[in-house]
Amino acid sequence: MSDVTSSIFGRLGWDALPFWSMLRDHSAMTIINGVIATGAAGMVVLGALAAIVLVTWLGKWKYLWSEWFTSPDHKKIGIMFIVIALVMLARAIIEAVFMRAQQAVGLDGGFLTAEHFGQLFTTHGTIMVFFMAMPFLTGIINYVMPLQIGARDLSFPVLNQVSLGLTAAGAALVMISLVLAPFSIGGWTGYPPFTELSYNPGAGVDYWIWAVTLSTLSSTLTGINFAVTIFKKRAPGMKLFRMPLFTWTALCTAILMIFGMPPLTVATGLLALDRYLDFHMFTTDLGGNMMNYVNLFWAFGHPEVYILILPPFGIFSEVFATFSGKRIYGYRILVVATMCIAVLSFTVWLHHFFTMGQSAHINAAFGIATMLIGIPTGVKVYDWMLTMYRGRIRLSVPMVYAIGFIMLFVLGGMTGVILATPSVDYQVHNSLFLVAHFHNMLIPGLLFGMLSATNFWFPKAFGFRLEERWGYRAAFCWIIGFMLAFFPLYVLGLMGMPRRSVAFLEPQYLPWTITAGLGALVILCALLCLLIQLWVSVRDRHANNVFAGDPWDGRSLEWSVSSPPPEYNFPVLPEIYSIDAFMTEKDRGQGWQAPDQYVDIEMPANSAMGVIMAVTGLAMAFGLVWHMWWLVIGAGLATLVAIIARGFVRHTKRTISAMEVQRTHEHWLEQVRRTTPIKRSQEQSTANHGLPVAPIEGAVQ
Amino acid sequence: MSLQNASGIERNAHHTESYARHPGLNLGAAHAQEEDTREEMVFGFWVFMMSDLIIFGLLFATYVTMLGGTAGGPGPKELFEMKSAFIETMLLLTSSFTFGMASLALKYREDKSRLVFWLVVTLLLGVGFLFFELKDFHTMFDKGGVPSRSGYLSAFFSLVPLHGLHVTGACIWLVALLGQMAVHGLDAPVKTGILRLAILWHFLDIVWIGIFSLVYLGGLS
Repeated sequence: MSDVTSSIFGRLGWDALPFWSMLRDHSAMTIINGVIATGAAGMVVLGALAAIVLVTWLGKWKYLWSEWFTSPDHKKIGIMFIVIALVMLARAIIEAVFMRAQQAVGLDGGFLTAEHFGQLFTTHGTIMVFFMAMPFLTGIINYVMPLQIGARDLSFPVLNQVSLGLTAAGAALVMISLVLAPFSIGGWTGYPPFTELSYNPGAGVDYWIWAVTLSTLSSTLTGINFAVTIFKKRAPGMKLFRMPLFTWTALCTAILMIFGMPPLTVATGLLALDRYLDFHMFTTDLGGNMMNYVNLFWAFGHPEVYILILPPFGIFSEVFATFSGKRIYGYRILVVATMCIAVLSFTVWLHHFFTMGQSAHINAAFGIATMLIGIPTGVKVYDWMLTMYRGRIRLSVPMVYAIGFIMLFVLGGMTGVILATPSVDYQVHNSLFLVAHFHNMLIPGLLFGMLSATNFWFPKAFGFRLEERWGYRAAFCWIIGFMLAFFPLYVLGLMGMPRRSVAFLEPQYLPWTITAGLGALVILCALLCLLIQLWVSVRDRHANNVFAGDPWDGRSLEWSVSSPPPEYNFPVLPEIYSIDAFMTEKDRGQGWQAPDQYVDIEMPANSAMGVIMAVTGLAMAFGLVWHMWWLVIGAGLATLVAIIARGFVRHTKRTISAMEVQRTHEHWLEQVRRTTPIKRSQEQSTANHGLPVAPIEGAVQ
Repeated sequence: MSLQNASGIERNAHHTESYARHPGLNLGAAHAQEEDTREEMVFGFWVFMMSDLIIFGLLFATYVTMLGGTAGGPGPKELFEMKSAFIETMLLLTSSFTFGMASLALKYREDKSRLVFWLVVTLLLGVGFLFFELKDFHTMFDKGGVPSRSGYLSAFFSLVPLHGLHVTGACIWLVALLGQMAVHGLDAPVKTGILRLAILWHFLDIVWIGIFSLVYLGGLS
């Protein structure tokens, strides 16, 4: 009998349930940890059930299926990426609060077991990098980039669905690990030999391997899709040096994804071979070499941080220019700086392991290469400042994030230069100083960028503005909360507190860990403010509607179409004659025009490929984690069959008739004519319906 | 102003001449929109190949660093057979040639049977390669050269079979394309499919040359 169950369920047993150990062992510690883990699992199960019940109750399954899940529209796929990112962001922030709470009372103990704490920092890091940051920036690029270059869609819309499906499968796997525990305790970097079978025989590391692998495959495909789109699908006249800066950073990010993601696939793949087929790639015995893993991982990991930071650089470039009412300062220099950063990002990976025994010369070379990145980044900061200089600045919500970013990011950059000095790195290596630096780059850099982008482009995507008051509250909570939560870690790091430690024995750490804990609570408030902002905005959506499409007096092409844009983006592909294409049109009084003639538009037809890949990908990964081989083989065959069958499909397009295009477009133009133009100073009032006073009419802005 | 307009015209001129942009592919009557779509597909595949090449590059590098990690187990000299590796090389090189013949048939002749003939020959050579490779692994296993024996053998078995897996995938793709041809005839998706598979096939040939030179010749020298 047990043979039958084990061939069906593999090694999945009752002990995978998060409350199992609590039932077996009644000590206070196991009960506290069991309650926390069960609560988290309960939230996942209840959340999923609530979503299913709600959709069924509203009768929206068919709508979701045909309008969203099977849609090849880059705009909808982008939004779905961002939804995944926000859900995972909420989870990872809650985990961070638990970790800070633990360390705030961590003198001689605390309430979490070391095992539980290990799972918390591993999932927090894994989620934040692979299932918050990557989907968030992929979603924003997906939404905005084709609109900015005057394209109708990405080059490979169905591949885009598959990317979304793989990311969703990875995220689902991480969520499942809360219910059928445990997750890895090996940190988000998963260094062997700690993650080898002999030291970590359970399912945890396997969850990590397959979740990350799914995400990596997704990002590789996304990178290819973005790069090909930008190279091949620009509107006539949009030369490379006329592309908006956000598109430029999207291009560099895409190239980094194409070359930077495969090393991680290799690293996790080889680690899986070690664990599943008894290979000796990274083991401590029989000729394994764990330094290979470290090199492979950071050959991905270092470009990765630039994959994360470049799109926000592009976002801030757009935000500074738009809300200063000026053309971006030093456009070409900014492009060159972006490319320099992209190239340099591949030359510095070794600074992640200065202390692991290579020669001092190698350390010095990589230290210098690392510091060089400060130069193009510095150039960018000055360009942004000079864009603001003598501009008519409106301190809108995206600008608050942008200015918070500039100041905090420079601080983080300076601590980066400190860390790039190998001799200093030896002192603070593996201490909280590093954690502080890393978060100092990624919270103001990546996350503020994403939230700035959300506030900036939300009206484009949904047709109404996000409410500003709660937006400001969220932004200030983020800025203050970040400073409270992470500046103390610099001090703690210099005092010698190691990172990833569940408890400590030094009483002088205590005031600092408590401060950091308070900071985490302020960040939790920021998350709440974001949710309230969303709710209030949806409630008041009619008053704040911006259907005319240009609420911020925007500069690039995405503002030249309605909000939300039609499925085909542009009734006729625009001709481009300069950078800031839409601003040029407006300056000449040529915005909001009807084309001479309408033609039929071919768009990609709906496809279930993305959903199929999500389901089979998740099934395969889940089967691998729990050693359910029938599931692995079945899902693998299903994947293969689906891919082959897709090759036989010939009806991959559907046509939108010229008449429908005309009707949609003229309806919009009619609405634009009825809209009262506003000055920039009225931007945040309910008078803003998405039409600015044209400069040609001599408006005093 | 005039310069900017000129660029617009230049772009249009570019469009009308787009039939010349893809010398390897014969899509029938020139059709700018269709050309653009196909061009994107092929370009996208090239980019994918670059990404895939990184994977092989890293595995080659890893293999080299693990040459010394035999842990007292058998090394290249005990395990490899030059004759078999040479046969595999010849089979794969010939298959690249026959795929070239298939590409020429696709480009210059609207003659489906010739195309199918060369594709089937290519497929047989690919399967032959796989057969000899598996036989090779079998002999290695018999001599105690299993991946779990040492870091060196692990590195070997993460590099060489991955190439074999790629060849397997390419063979499956080839069969699928023959099936598509049977159902839909020689339409544009089949043509671009063959073109992209050709890129993969020649790419795998190049990777094999790397494996043959570095792993086999290097190991036995």
